[in-house]
Amino acid sequence: MADFTSSWANSGALLTVHRWVTVIGGLLLASVAVLVLCLQFGATSVDVRTVATAIMHLLRADQGGSATLGTPEIIMVQIRFPRVLMGFFVGASLAAVGVTLQALLRNPLADPYVLGVSSGSALGVSLAILFGIGSTFLLLPVLPFFGFVGGLLALLLIYRLAQSKGRLPIHSLLLAGVILNAILTAFIMFITSIMEPNRSAGLMAWLMGSLTAPGYPALGVFAVYAVLVLAVLMHKAQLLNVLTLGEETARSLGVETEGVKKQLFALTALLTGAIVSVSGMIGFVGMVVPHAVRLLIGSDHRLLLPASALVGGMFLALADTLARTVLAPAEIPVGIVTALTGGPFFLYLLLWRKDRML
Amino acid sequence: MTTDITEAMCAWLPVGCPAIEVEGLSFRYRTTEGRGRMWTLDHLSFHIDVGEILGIVGPNGSGKSSLLKILSGLLSAGEGDVRLGGLSLGKRSKADVARLVAVVPQEYAQVFPFTVAETVLMGRFPHRTLRWWSMGIGDETANDLAHVHDAMVDTDVLSLADRLVSDLSGGERQRAMIARALAQEPKILLLDEPTAFLDINHQIDICSLIGRLRAERRLTVVLVSHDLNVASQYCDRVLMLKEGRLCRIGSPDETIRPDVLQLVYGCEVVVDAHPQTGRPRVTMPMSIVRN
Repeated sequence: MADFTSSWANSGALLTVHRWVTVIGGLLLASVAVLVLCLQFGATSVDVRTVATAIMHLLRADQGGSATLGTPEIIMVQIRFPRVLMGFFVGASLAAVGVTLQALLRNPLADPYVLGVSSGSALGVSLAILFGIGSTFLLLPVLPFFGFVGGLLALLLIYRLAQSKGRLPIHSLLLAGVILNAILTAFIMFITSIMEPNRSAGLMAWLMGSLTAPGYPALGVFAVYAVLVLAVLMHKAQLLNVLTLGEETARSLGVETEGVKKQLFALTALLTGAIVSVSGMIGFVGMVVPHAVRLLIGSDHRLLLPASALVGGMFLALADTLARTVLAPAEIPVGIVTALTGGPFFLYLLLWRKDRML
Repeated sequence: MTTDITEAMCAWLPVGCPAIEVEGLSFRYRTTEGRGRMWTLDHLSFHIDVGEILGIVGPNGSGKSSLLKILSGLLSAGEGDVRLGGLSLGKRSKADVARLVAVVPQEYAQVFPFTVAETVLMGRFPHRTLRWWSMGIGDETANDLAHVHDAMVDTDVLSLADRLVSDLSGGERQRAMIARALAQEPKILLLDEPTAFLDINHQIDICSLIGRLRAERRLTVVLVSHDLNVASQYCDRVLMLKEGRLCRIGSPDETIRPDVLQLVYGCEVVVDAHPQTGRPRVTMPMSIVRN
């Protein structure tokens, strides 16, 4: 057998196990560093030692001994730690949803927020809140379910539009997403307008995309949920690769595209529903992060998907730290930070990098 | 030696069996039901021998692409039977068909930055087994890589292995797409307009590549082309479709004739002999300006 393995297979043309382990290992280390950094900043900044004490305290699960902790450590354990972790998991999920949607629609600018999938989820959740379902005991599983249904309906609608003439040019799909977004947002606005003011204010704050400090059970449920869906998506990474060849080519390679697409729709809607129900509408993470990661490490989804998830987690944790600190002690919704960083990047891609995307 | 290879290559079908048999095939798209013209393809029957290059020609909308999609299993035959290697398409699994038939689509627009090697490797998909624990990382076997290597050598894209597909020229991209199809280790290669959008240099390039692959890999090739001269010069037989019906099938000498072309396309053309091969050559008549 020829020594071809030394010539092209290991020269960056293909994804190797070594490259996968290096990139993912490096990003995991970077994620830990970023999380520790984010924990230090807030309305009151602390040093690394306090962060370490708080983490040690958490690891020992020594809940009874909180009397021995100072105020900074208590802030750490009860507020900042769950919030930063939540930001990380939400960011990772958003990036993973973005990667999946982009491959599924063969559109590098696809994003759950831009295409109106997030709006669909938000409408579902808003309806649930309007009818008081959210205030019941079963708050945790019920809201994501409504988010899932709303997101799935929006996603199917967008996909129908994309499929109507065999293929839809990238810009037409974005336009369709913008219109769908506007319609769904109008419904949400209608709901907020008929609510009592004190309830609608909370809804508006949530809609703008904001992270709050969840309790540990809520954080745990979301983390497990997100990791499970991400694992299933990882298993589909090879299929995502083949789907980018186009649907007919994928089918000629023996892929049961109809079934695969249904699974991917359900998975992205499940994840979007959960994301929106915990953090509202945080835009552009799902588009900006995969795009940047793709430029650096290539398109193979076996690496792109987990790498984007880790970078997305870091990105949102950092964005949320910014949102917590710029006007401290007041906070701005993190959705504003991501939109202000991601929006211009999106415009740049749309207007100046057309040649690379079409 | 030659016979050994031939026998090994033909192991997928019984001796003497044609590669593809089409019997009484009729097909229509669901959306065209109830309209004036019912059948996209109407009672086609023909066969394609192993190692043959068959060209499918016909006017726009005559059903060429639909026929190609049916042969590759992308569309299922409405009526009639399509057999690959003696076994009906419907009785083969999708993965089984994917290991027999490879398709090179007419145009390929990759919007993501995949390298040529990554793209060609995707052709190994029907031969791979998905495993849960590895999540697909490092699933490429030495055998997979060897086939990818051979496919890239045969199509002369090895030097482009680490280039992005989106950065290639039209001719290079077409060769990369053929490499992707070859990595499937197909017995039958279907090409939809392989020379469309290419300049004459690359047209010659792709056509001679197809001829060489047929000889070296003993591939059965079916290609759809608008270019009657491509069909005449490079195909063993030509199948002419008109409004979904098989109008004529046979050698280029039998099919690329003024009277047949008048019947199929409804226009007059000049047909003379190619100075080198003696095969029919089609050119436009002098009076192009029509009333």
